[in-house]
Amino acid sequence: MSTVFIALQTNEETRQIIEAIVQDNPGAVVNEQPAMVKIDAQDRLVIRRETIEELIGRSYDLQELQVNMITMSGNLDQTDDEITLFWKS
Amino acid sequence: MDMQVAKKKLGLKERYAVMTRGLDWTPSYQKMEDIYPYIAYEGIKIHDWDKWEDPFRLTMDAYWKYQAEKERKLYAIIDAFNQNNGHLNVTDARYINTVKLFISGISPLEYVAHRGFAHAGRAFPGPGPRVACLMQSLDEIRHAQTQVHSISNYNKYYNGMHDFHHMHDRVWFLSVPKSFFDDAITAGPFEFMVSIGFSFEYVLTNLLFVPFVSGAAYNGDMGTMTFGFSAQSDEARHMTLGLEVIKFILEQDPANVPIVQRWIDKWTWRGYRVLTLVAMMMDYMLPKRTMSWKEAWEVYFEENGGALFKDLARYGITMPKCAEQIALEKDHLSHQAWSTFYNYAAAANFHTWMPDEDEMAWLSAKYPESFDKHYRPRYEFWREQAAKGNRFYNKTLPMLCQTCQIPLIFTEPGDPTKICYREVDYKAEKYHFCSDHCKEIFEHEPEKYVQAWLPVHQIYQGNCFPEGTDPTAEGFDPLAAVLKYYHFEHGRDNLDFDISEDKKNFAEWRGQATKNI
Amino acid sequence: MQIDLRTVTIKPLRHTFDNIARRIGADKPASRYQEGTLDMQQEANYHYRPTWDPDHLIYDRARTALKMADWYSFKDPRQFYYGAYTLARAKQQDTAEANFDFVENRGLAATLPESIRDTVLKLLIPLRHVAWGANMNNASMCAYGYGTAFSQPCIYQAMDQLGIAQYLTRVGLLLGDVDVLDAAKQAWMEDDTWQGLRRYVEDTMVLKDPVELFVAQNVALDGLLYPLVYETIIDDVLSAQGGTPVAMLTQFMTDWYAETRKWIDATMKTAAAESEDNKVLVGQWVGQWRDRAAAALLPVSRIALGERADELTGEVVQQFNARMAKAGVPV
Repeated sequence: MSTVFIALQTNEETRQIIEAIVQDNPGAVVNEQPAMVKIDAQDRLVIRRETIEELIGRSYDLQELQVNMITMSGNLDQTDDEITLFWKS
Repeated sequence: MDMQVAKKKLGLKERYAVMTRGLDWTPSYQKMEDIYPYIAYEGIKIHDWDKWEDPFRLTMDAYWKYQAEKERKLYAIIDAFNQNNGHLNVTDARYINTVKLFISGISPLEYVAHRGFAHAGRAFPGPGPRVACLMQSLDEIRHAQTQVHSISNYNKYYNGMHDFHHMHDRVWFLSVPKSFFDDAITAGPFEFMVSIGFSFEYVLTNLLFVPFVSGAAYNGDMGTMTFGFSAQSDEARHMTLGLEVIKFILEQDPANVPIVQRWIDKWTWRGYRVLTLVAMMMDYMLPKRTMSWKEAWEVYFEENGGALFKDLARYGITMPKCAEQIALEKDHLSHQAWSTFYNYAAAANFHTWMPDEDEMAWLSAKYPESFDKHYRPRYEFWREQAAKGNRFYNKTLPMLCQTCQIPLIFTEPGDPTKICYREVDYKAEKYHFCSDHCKEIFEHEPEKYVQAWLPVHQIYQGNCFPEGTDPTAEGFDPLAAVLKYYHFEHGRDNLDFDISEDKKNFAEWRGQATKNI
Repeated sequence: MQIDLRTVTIKPLRHTFDNIARRIGADKPASRYQEGTLDMQQEANYHYRPTWDPDHLIYDRARTALKMADWYSFKDPRQFYYGAYTLARAKQQDTAEANFDFVENRGLAATLPESIRDTVLKLLIPLRHVAWGANMNNASMCAYGYGTAFSQPCIYQAMDQLGIAQYLTRVGLLLGDVDVLDAAKQAWMEDDTWQGLRRYVEDTMVLKDPVELFVAQNVALDGLLYPLVYETIIDDVLSAQGGTPVAMLTQFMTDWYAETRKWIDATMKTAAAESEDNKVLVGQWVGQWRDRAAAALLPVSRIALGERADELTGEVVQQFNARMAKAGVPV
């Protein structure tokens, strides 16, 4: 088991994105630090466009994540609908 | 309404493929080896560039859109910070010395990265890695410039930063980061990608950015914190490029594995040695500390790095050998470094000081195995001496390690009472090293490392005096001449914080901003 | 009523960095372009020679035959540093996006006369490969050029050309389908019409002198291609025949060319004005590459201009010559 994580800036835009991530990844741990939020998960973390859209009330392009992302750990796979971070074991 | 038969809607991956690799073609009027001359000499074998997986599939229109959004936010904050004398909100003016270290040591490296990625991008025949590298080249000039722009405001009010380009190319301790990146950009494109894209941007990046940026956040430096976070979002793309490069090279041919392993070993070590400055910064220069160097190494390398190397094990890659020695140095690195700068405070473009009682208590708590035993006694002694008027500034120049260019200040792994010296005789000259790892790096490519422009050697050869200096003149002071060559203003840029203009001004200005005069 | 906002005024010790002050003549406030450009590139005490080019230093004036006393004599009149560049492109990108949406949502592609649509696809889509070559060449100029003033705009140009290649791809996908892209690639590789241009592009890819490459790519090739294809063919000729929707889809290219010209002209002017030797050298480069580019573009222009190709291409070359003369380059 290996930890993957994503860290986002703390601001109004990311609040709901973090909520979406927590919803889609039971077992993810949210770590609040100065001006940044780090979300850890075991082996795999998925970010879903649909879940975010439901929460923010507008259409969302996953590329927008670029604006608020700080750092991440793990292999990345991206489609129109999902971003997945993962380690292969 | 679409009159034609519904067109197949392309998924992100396919769309991206037609937007990038579809643009490329196999030339017939010129030979591949003439168009891409740098691709074979490192011995890396690539059989199929199409196997490259694009991580972030960012087309230029999206790039411009999202980067512009980041720029707007960033510059709005920089402007607000400037207008509001934001620098007066930092915890105390000692913090500003970390900014000086950053602009003179790190920012110029962003520029080298910009040029290096332009070169690597152009050098690779594969369209996938080319696009990713060129995008990174663009990002790196962003980082170089946003740093200069943010720190420009500090330069207006505080000393030591006024000629940072000039200093980066000449000052003794700045040759440590400078030679690191020179080493990377003069290596071949594959090694460049492993050194910077992977080792620096993936393995070690959090050890540079999190300390500086969290340090900024903790100490009230909104300007730096903002550009730090803003740059970091670019770093996520860089990290994925670095990881993809490694996997791609390793998957292409098993013969690549030992070459890549050697590079990972070398660059983890060289990168770690550069991070000595960060270790010292975290443990000694942040008035409000975020975490200790030891803690940062444990989280960001031992844990994260552990997960990474577990993932790479299936290719036959192992954790770099130097990880063992680094673990042994954890308890000592920052203290040995700070002691050195305190000693050579006359020759730095930032101020130094002894930690106060509270700070020493923090250091004791964070370093229970080593601080009280080895370092507190010397600090208490130096503090005592300074109080008596015997503040000692070392004026003798130290031997530098031929590879990492740090003075030979590090101790034997496992024995902090013995300085570690290594040497190699090569072509009738003797070369000196701080460690087995630096020595091995030299031994693998001696013809490269003998070229190094070692600041101390250069000073002794008389190459570090201003134009027209006469060293034979009566009363010539070589160190004063060197400071002039560095464009340091003695008494203003250097020496102890307690007697500095920075301290005086900060207190006065803060007073103005908070009191009714 | 006058509102007098009070903030605390403390007096700065200096206005800018010393290297900037040395260059601009005094310690006075400097622009972001100046602070982000002047002396950014290291110039002294390199530690090692490139293992990939041991005959030169990491950054080396000797990579080019052009001689400058000060490579920071070059200035980008647009004053593009990264922030200014990105903001400018984001605005243009917004317009381009709106244009694509407009054309797509109103089904304007279907309203194009069949012959226009065919002509546009045959002409424009292979040009995405030319843009790809421009991307590579500008990356090369950035990597091997001397001084940030010269090299910085080249990375912007490189990424712009990638953006243009991607817009052209989208034009293909909008007016046609993925098959159109394949057909264009085949034409690029095999049709007689395109071989002169493909040979030109591949020949530029082996140029070692970054300033000659600048001339071959940004001055000569793009200096003829853009006025010919985007201004003359698309905005004039085809728009008059019902092809206006296409002009919307290529507005980015037209606006972009007008903007980048200013930088390219300024660069040529500075290079030529430096010395008689430079003037002669630049003049030779421009003349040589212009002739080759014109010859390569002629068959391409015929796709849209038919028997007017010689006449209109000739006009574009005349305009180019006038432009060079204005920049002080003898052609």
